[in-house]
Amino acid sequence: MQNKEKLVNLSIAGEKSQMLSLFQKIGSAVFVLGLLVLYFAYKEDGPQKILLASVSYSAQLIGAFLFTYNGGKFSFLSGGRKYFSTWKIISYLLAGLGFSVMMSAYFGWLPEGKSGFYFLMMMIPYTLSIASYTYAQYAGHVNGIKNNYVWASTLTGKGLLGWIMGILLTVFYIQLYWDKNPFPQFISLFDSLSMAIKGKAADRWFLYGTFYTFVILFLGIKFIYKYRHNRYQLIRTIVVIFSQVVLAYFIPQMMEAMSLNATENGYFDANIVASWPLDYDAFQPYTLKAYASEAYQPIGMAYFFWAIMMFLIITPVVTYFVGKRWYCSWFCGCGGLAETAGDSFRHLSNKTVKAWKIERWVIHSVMVFVLLMTLAAIIPFLTGKEFGIGFFTLSPTLFYVFASIVMLAAMTFIYLFSKRSGHKNKYLLIGLITLLMIFLFFNFSYFAGSKNTFVIESGTLKKVYAFFIGGAFSGVIGVGFYPILGNRIWCRFGCPMAGYMGIIQRFKSRFRITTNGGQCISCGNCSTYCEQGIDVRAYAQKGQNIVRASCVGCGICSAVCPRGVLKLENGPEEGRITDNPILIGKEGIRLSEFDAK
Amino acid sequence: MEKKVVIIGNGISGITAAREIRKKSNCQITIISEESTYFFSRTALMYVYMGHMRFKDIQPYEDHFWKKNRLEILEDSVLSVHPENSTLQLEKGGELFFDELIIASGSKSNVFNWPGTHFEGVQGMYFKQDLEILEKRTPIIKKAAIVGGGLIGIELAEMLLTRGIEVYFLVREKRFWNGILPDADADFVGEHLKKHHGLHMLYEQELDEILGDEVNGVKGIKLKSGEKLDVQFVGLTVGVSPNIEFLKSSSIETDRGVMVNEYLQTNHPNIYAIGDCAQFREAIGKRRPIEQVWYTGRMMGETIANSIVGKPTPYTPGHWFNSAKFFDLEYQTYGWVFARREENEDELIWQDARKERMLHFVFSKETHEFMGINTFGIRLRHEIFDNWLNEKRDMKFILQNLRGANFDPEFFRPFEAEIIKTYNSKFNQNVALSKKVWWQKLLTHAE
Repeated sequence: MQNKEKLVNLSIAGEKSQMLSLFQKIGSAVFVLGLLVLYFAYKEDGPQKILLASVSYSAQLIGAFLFTYNGGKFSFLSGGRKYFSTWKIISYLLAGLGFSVMMSAYFGWLPEGKSGFYFLMMMIPYTLSIASYTYAQYAGHVNGIKNNYVWASTLTGKGLLGWIMGILLTVFYIQLYWDKNPFPQFISLFDSLSMAIKGKAADRWFLYGTFYTFVILFLGIKFIYKYRHNRYQLIRTIVVIFSQVVLAYFIPQMMEAMSLNATENGYFDANIVASWPLDYDAFQPYTLKAYASEAYQPIGMAYFFWAIMMFLIITPVVTYFVGKRWYCSWFCGCGGLAETAGDSFRHLSNKTVKAWKIERWVIHSVMVFVLLMTLAAIIPFLTGKEFGIGFFTLSPTLFYVFASIVMLAAMTFIYLFSKRSGHKNKYLLIGLITLLMIFLFFNFSYFAGSKNTFVIESGTLKKVYAFFIGGAFSGVIGVGFYPILGNRIWCRFGCPMAGYMGIIQRFKSRFRITTNGGQCISCGNCSTYCEQGIDVRAYAQKGQNIVRASCVGCGICSAVCPRGVLKLENGPEEGRITDNPILIGKEGIRLSEFDAK
Repeated sequence: MEKKVVIIGNGISGITAAREIRKKSNCQITIISEESTYFFSRTALMYVYMGHMRFKDIQPYEDHFWKKNRLEILEDSVLSVHPENSTLQLEKGGELFFDELIIASGSKSNVFNWPGTHFEGVQGMYFKQDLEILEKRTPIIKKAAIVGGGLIGIELAEMLLTRGIEVYFLVREKRFWNGILPDADADFVGEHLKKHHGLHMLYEQELDEILGDEVNGVKGIKLKSGEKLDVQFVGLTVGVSPNIEFLKSSSIETDRGVMVNEYLQTNHPNIYAIGDCAQFREAIGKRRPIEQVWYTGRMMGETIANSIVGKPTPYTPGHWFNSAKFFDLEYQTYGWVFARREENEDELIWQDARKERMLHFVFSKETHEFMGINTFGIRLRHEIFDNWLNEKRDMKFILQNLRGANFDPEFFRPFEAEIIKTYNSKFNQNVALSKKVWWQKLLTHAE
């Protein structure tokens, strides 16, 4: 027995990891070999090129994996065996094949023509790779939470592979958004599919949308299998997949094919889930024109009213009843990607109080920004003319009255809750003042007939928002940094829709996560696997219900809890927030505290 | 000058005491521990080994918490305590004075007199250091033996299995945890354990001897049956006992644990003991005199804080509750369900068709007053069962309202109607579940 022996820093990520193990040496060699093969692939043409590239990228992937495999922590000889089950190896090889085709297309190395064949050569191996990985990882295990090795894996534990993936995704997004002519051959792989659906060649957004949907579909199935014992996760993920595949992908593609929303007459987003303010384009001048376009009636008008209904009525009402989860972790596309593809990275979110503080400032600033940007764009657009959408006429006065009522209602809401909650809430006050300022500016510009509502020119505001928030933040950081910062960076720190619903969820909703009496053992699984970085344990161990603006209601805290402590539920507002709970089991304390008061 | 409170041990008991004292007073608080700098959840050590969490993730408070709340931490070991002059002797820090002392030194793993326990690869699973030694040993473990069929043993088995290690689990009794669980429950858990590949349950088997190799490492074990097993690791999980060697030379009265009265006070009025290391002179209700459970440690910590700030409060734990997880099978218990049913008790046992969920009610034979419940694979609401026990509800009432006590996540399969059917047919009753339609649920109150 060596209980008392002091061993320095041997636990997870200890000194041993700094020494090269045999596998790391082999890994380095395999990786360098892979790079050498790439040179030959570059020189070659035709099928050999693809073959060599496949070998190269597979070698690089395997090399990287071996290199970052931590022999000191999870030995190859013992638990490490699990990593190299036959199905896992098959899964990596298939992923390598798909990746090789993808990269060859990306660099334009594929021969011309046969794009459909290469498309399948990329997608089928990817699909089979996900399937075999899922099988290797979760089949043969009894149903339940299997987060084994999550922190030890090089991909999900911020190891080398995680970084590589982060870098690749980042590069992809930068090109997708800002490159004038990004990866033309890669895009052309999607031509056959695009032709079949809407009779024209693919563009970068078709590629992106298709890939996005593919990922949510198959990694969604993986997610379902992983949490197959949990019916909340099962049903939720079916809705996530449905929302993406049907509402966000299939219907809009069909409508485009039928020229119902995207022709030279203008464009509006045909995804009914995309709601302002997440969809910041929903009330831009060009979108309003598209809604109003003769060619699109009556669908254009329906979408216009739906867009207003969504943010004005459906969102607050549904959020009141069930919390913001109905949107964030059930229907939203960004959330859908985070829940499926991002599931493996959910534990990477930062749980510190500091991160929470940053979160509150950033997300609400984006909200203010999107409001400014939208108002600024609409006011000059409406000035001096009337604007008909179907049977409905939008005049500047009507818009002025409408926007004023919305802002006044929001201010009243904040004021009432700040008053009712009793204690001074600095953030509510700041929110109130900010809204008031916007309202004053808005009034001023309306009555003065100014085109530059918020001093800055409205077009500039839109451009800045689209670049920094719409692209750099929600895309590049939001998804590109999944393996580094976690899967909900955008949803937590940026999304104005989440911010809007968060305020409702925090102050006027029936949703909460209930803590089950005194059963918490402070283990930390809930906090660790909270993608939104909520320190769930801090509440649970006090016996306190969790009522937080940022909770997206994914239900994973409840799923990973080993003691059955957490339950997402909707109930009466009364007693929802338990600021000073009594942990069950200590009657003596209860009495004495009562005496003291 | 505020009085100086010294706490030995930074487990759940000691830390709860420290936090509660700080909430209620400005005392100087010093916490001494040699195990780790900051408080961590001992029950979560297993998740670090399995890769679910990093060590820092099982520390419930951020590092700045301690300084901010003026909780002084000494990473030191207490050699002896001297009640007569209110001091204690530290290994590194010399002498330390206290006004009041709280002993919360927890437990240590039991080691019986088996030959060979000194070999490398023979250990308990209790301290953070145990995990580190295990981690170091893991690369050479292909097969392991675990001796002692309790909660720590089953957790250790789960840990080892995730690293692809074959586990031989020696259980002295006929069934798993049969000293605590009734036969039916123990069998149910046993069935669940069978599903896990690489886990070999050896019931009614006892360890005879641990065999070592030439480099002083364990290479196998011999059972009392004479059978030998080649293993590179032996986990000894035959219970824990109070970790109080450092008190033996002092005038503080000890037995197996530190003897305390209902105020958690030792024979010295300014010295208290809480948590695993405390032994009650008179057991409370049907509880054991030494309670080695996370929750009781926490409750004692809460209680003692009141006494320290001048409101002496007896330790009066409410109704018994506990929980555990056997691999993928969650277990909760409320009230008393003993391994051997008492004379005046009757029971209702229900299992679902898939044998994934089970409920075991125990109630009075005569009045059907509810006494306790074991639940497997079903989550139940603590608060409601606590109330029902307080209100001395009978089975009829409980079954009618069982839906309200369901704490399973939304959309989980309901089980209440089936249980009522079982109850009605067994006891010739006519209980019906109170009905509620979905939109009423949405508009009225949480289940």
